[in-house]
Amino acid sequence: MLAMTYRGPYRVRAEQKAEPKLEHPNDALVRVTRSAICGSDLHLYHGLVPDTRVGTTFGHEFTGVVEEVGSSVENLKVGDRVLVPFNIACGSCVFCKKELYGNCHDSNPEATAIGGIFGYSHTAGGYDGGQAEYVRVPYADISPMKIPDDIDVDDALMLTDALPTGYQAAEMGDIKRGDTVVVFGAGPVGIFAARSAWLLGAGRVIVVDHVDYRLQFVKDYAPAEIINFKEIDDPVVHLKKITDWIGPDVCIDAVGAEASGSALQRLTGITLPLQGGAATALFWAINSVRKGGNVSIVGVYGPTFNLVPIGNAINKGLTLRMNQASVKRHLPHLIEHIRAGHIDPKAIITHRVPLGEVAEAYHMFSSKLDHCIKTVLIPPTAM
Amino acid sequence: MEQSIRQTSVKGWGVDLDAAQRPAVPMEHTPPGGTGAHWEQPEPQFSGIRVFQSIERPAMTHVYGTSAPPRGISGRMRAYAYEFGEARLARWMTLLAADRVDVIEGLVDDLQRGKIPNIFAEMGLGAEWKYNKKALVRRALVGASAVAAGAFIVSSARKIARII
Repeated sequence: MLAMTYRGPYRVRAEQKAEPKLEHPNDALVRVTRSAICGSDLHLYHGLVPDTRVGTTFGHEFTGVVEEVGSSVENLKVGDRVLVPFNIACGSCVFCKKELYGNCHDSNPEATAIGGIFGYSHTAGGYDGGQAEYVRVPYADISPMKIPDDIDVDDALMLTDALPTGYQAAEMGDIKRGDTVVVFGAGPVGIFAARSAWLLGAGRVIVVDHVDYRLQFVKDYAPAEIINFKEIDDPVVHLKKITDWIGPDVCIDAVGAEASGSALQRLTGITLPLQGGAATALFWAINSVRKGGNVSIVGVYGPTFNLVPIGNAINKGLTLRMNQASVKRHLPHLIEHIRAGHIDPKAIITHRVPLGEVAEAYHMFSSKLDHCIKTVLIPPTAM
Repeated sequence: MEQSIRQTSVKGWGVDLDAAQRPAVPMEHTPPGGTGAHWEQPEPQFSGIRVFQSIERPAMTHVYGTSAPPRGISGRMRAYAYEFGEARLARWMTLLAADRVDVIEGLVDDLQRGKIPNIFAEMGLGAEWKYNKKALVRRALVGASAVAAGAFIVSSARKIARII
């Protein structure tokens, strides 16, 4: 089959690879119809995630058709159209039983801090991902969901990660009526977090980034007030100034490990990977949010440690909430939002690229060329 | 800059104001209809490849990935890294170092299979040519100039050394 394979930092290629097989009675084999490149895939692409092995296939956002099921699979059958959440969840560990599917304790042998994730290095379980023609889906009875007939496949694709993560980011902010919400990052997750903030009752939504075309997009899509941090001297002071010198009620970090804006953070977090990425957005979030406010973190960071002003968080009495999205838990609710027209997930897709051109797709997304926001890969078997 | 947005203009504003409408509130919640699991414990997966196990686990997980088994020097480095707990910097830095060694092993593997990797294509520079041609040409010229300058300096230094 054709599959994306990692060859080293900033190098990927599409090549023939053996088709996956069922390896467990509750596995399903899925023929991929759509696969997206996530912003967090860029951390892998840039070689920043430990134990990212040459030859692995990325891709944790995908939809497909069930081709084969294992002997114990009860909830799926051959021919079902499915969306597959990025979390690999067993459904029976202490965390899955609490609906913390993003924290499954029985899907990743290599680490305990993170559950299994498709195509996200051996630090997240060593599973091949969906940027391929076929993918093995473990625990097929738990996370995968049949795509309702009235839901577009591109909307379903956005439900595998980006939309639930953005929604959960806003939800973890514990937004109350009229709150001012600041979202750091105008990528897909930040865009969905900004839109979700309104559904949760925000009174004002502000998005901070430095990429103008993305800011213009979110300004219209969310909608949101926008700030290009490169046009102001100090984002923290600016945010205080425009919120009556108090600070926003809620700050959301939708950037993670590769933030721009601080030479020191980039030097120590990316050039010399001494910390788990450049925590600039989180630094700004903690310092700008009001006293007693909430900081919600969904940006992805590495497993070591980061330079964040924890003393200020204590002195300000902040609540910090964070997690990988528990995708399965959000699906029914978000599907209702799509049906009601409250959110149009597929509208953020800017590029549809054949899987065979995956190297160019990654470069385009990584370098933010051609006003790229969300790139979808389409395998030859789905054309 | 005038940016104020009237919340009432946003379709669906406030529909999830009530905590009961928020699917992940409370954070820990037992689903009344179950999770979909029809087992107390999943059946174990068996495979013939080497899979590392965190020392913070008492046993292997019932399911695991089998992509890209450890190989060569990088594989030995990874085995060493997994002897450390997850809070230890030695584990993660060794894994990052192993990743870099793995890249070299990947190149050697390509050559052994008679494949000369097209690095430029793998870096997706076709997209740069398509969407950012000027910057690509500028970078290529700067690179070529740097190489030419370097060659000139080396050649001049040799001449001076011969004269001396």
